Amino acid sequence: MTSGFPEIWDTRAFGRALDAAFNTIVANWGETLETVFMPVLRFIQGLEKGLQVLPWWVVVALFCFVTWGAGRRMVPVAVVAVLLMLLGLLGVWNEAMATVALMLAATILSVVIGLPIGIGMSRSDRMRRGMLPVLDIMQTMPIFVYLIPFVMLFGPGKIPALLATIVFAIPPVIRLTDLGIRQVDLEIVEASRAFGASPRQQLWTVQVPLAMPTIMAGINQTTMMALSMVVIASMIGAGGLGYQVLQGIQRLEVSKGLIAGLGIVLLAIIFDRIAQSYGRRVQANLHREGK
Amino acid sequence: MGLVKIRVEGVSKVFGRDPAGALAKVRSGMDKTRLKDETDHVLGLHDIDLSIRTGEIFVIMGLSGSGKSTLIRHFNRLIEPTGGRILFDGDDILAYDAARLQTFRRRKVAMVFQRFALLPHKTVIENVAYGLTLDGVAKPEAFRRAGEQIALVGLTGFETSYPAQLSGGMQQRVGLARALATDAEVLLMDEAFSALDPLIRHDMQMQLKELQGRLGKTIVFITHDLDEALLLGDHIAILKDGTLRQVGTGSEILAAPADDYVARFVRDVNRGRILLCGAFADAGLIAAADAPVIAADATLESTFAAFAGGAAALAVRDWDGRIAGALTPRRVMEALARI
Ligand SMILES: Nc1ncnc2c1ncn2[C@@H]1O[C@H](COP(=O)(O)OP(=O)(O)OP(=O)(O)O)[C@@H](O)[C@H]1O
Ligand SMILES: [Mg+2]
Repeated sequence: MTSGFPEIWDTRAFGRALDAAFNTIVANWGETLETVFMPVLRFIQGLEKGLQVLPWWVVVALFCFVTWGAGRRMVPVAVVAVLLMLLGLLGVWNEAMATVALMLAATILSVVIGLPIGIGMSRSDRMRRGMLPVLDIMQTMPIFVYLIPFVMLFGPGKIPALLATIVFAIPPVIRLTDLGIRQVDLEIVEASRAFGASPRQQLWTVQVPLAMPTIMAGINQTTMMALSMVVIASMIGAGGLGYQVLQGIQRLEVSKGLIAGLGIVLLAIIFDRIAQSYGRRVQANLHREGK
Repeated sequence: MGLVKIRVEGVSKVFGRDPAGALAKVRSGMDKTRLKDETDHVLGLHDIDLSIRTGEIFVIMGLSGSGKSTLIRHFNRLIEPTGGRILFDGDDILAYDAARLQTFRRRKVAMVFQRFALLPHKTVIENVAYGLTLDGVAKPEAFRRAGEQIALVGLTGFETSYPAQLSGGMQQRVGLARALATDAEVLLMDEAFSALDPLIRHDMQMQLKELQGRLGKTIVFITHDLDEALLLGDHIAILKDGTLRQVGTGSEILAAPADDYVARFVRDVNRGRILLCGAFADAGLIAAADAPVIAADATLESTFAAFAGGAAALAVRDWDGRIAGALTPRRVMEALARI
């Protein structure tokens, strides 16, 4: 080294040891892990197939239904319908549905894993102190770094893409669940305690419902981050719109990249609209005015 | 007024990292300010002894920071004491484990909060039924009982409204109905009416008195408003800096303040409305045979009309019908002028 920094320990040996250790894991556990994640893979594939096989108007109707359920307002429903049809017009319907399937799976799993962690952090300062730096690292570590171990474990495909996406996208839902619960009016929590709520009852009758707008903001961010991962995840076989962008780059086809990119933007707007209209309805319920 | 409902024995509370150590310092003579400055611990309550009787309204008074909220939160163990004992119907509630404490809070004590603390995402009837649903009462039954309480506080028709759609006074009625719905024997009310404007507040005070007369609840009521304390309280406890300065009926405290602090506290009160004739009747004086008669538990103010009519003295009649003595305008003036 020209910098002359003293070599106190042998980094290369350390690196080799790390690689060797990881290789052992891959050799011994690779198959087990693959079996474990088989149901998840089936789920994503099923979802993808389902979305692609169904006539487009059924899918549009489904999305409209969900949007209505989320916000009970017509405007977002109309916006979502128009944007979805635009996706079809762009000629990337099937790719978009593949991306939606992966993204939904990533978001659902992020929420399923992230919510309990966030709740745990809100209840224990120790756990919070332990988790915050981990979340910081997860968010600042370049995403490509996650891809290597996941690809080694599972080989290129949807599962490593899904896992890398989850690692990247899960921090907001964890952080905002913790924050949301901590911000709940202490007097209301105290009231529920005074009426004899068990810790579990406090959580589900007061803390989670009142933290819901914040939690939803976290889920929304998680969705957006999952979507932003699709291009990178496509490098390891996620397919979908990201793969089109990748092909556009490799073949220097501006149009292909542009159209697929536009598709991603449309998806982002669609999911943002759905999440936002749900968030707004929850918020309105908490601060209903009628005087 | 009968049995003791809640008995507080030598309860102290210190906030901070090492409450027990700090309490030892207080016991050996360190006062609240020095404790705060030197050890960064806050003395919330110090050596409180009191008894609250079944069926009475017991008012806790004191300036901001005197420890009122801290004390009332000991009665349902929202706050744990650093030392002392708390007995509820003779039962040591500090010995309760978590499950027992939950049942105790669900069935025996209910609380009303200064800023209402309603659940904003639940409707009025869901709020009122909250304590019952926590206790596992089935929804139809819980709603039926909640409906009765809503009618009792005069909010019929608002069952499906959300708290934010109601005025402050209506929200606190919901808070009151929620506390009544579990049929708890004791209501804890921490400045329950302080956030309401004067007219609504007076209505609520009257409604509370009426309810208490009808339902016979034991009510612990916190206020920093002396008029409210005198109007509602069968007994009044005065707190200062976490210590109990005096406990007594309103007229006892007015007639004989225990110390300067209490005296200053009660100085501006309209004594004529609080002091009772019985306490000031001169037993050595016999009123003329045709003198007007007044009951011993009438206020001094109620003698004014008779004196204005020209009476030289009034005969004061005890609750058992005997004449206890006489009151002259001069004695009344002396009683009013004290302090
Ligand atoms: N959790 C806490 N940690 C530290 N100090 C506290 C805590 N709760 C209360 N205190 C302190 O204990 C003292 C009594 O507080 P408390 O809230 O009981 O007063 P209060 O009489 O109810 O006043 P107010 O009229 O303002 O409601 C105050 O000095 C307060 O700062
Ligand atoms: Mg208080």
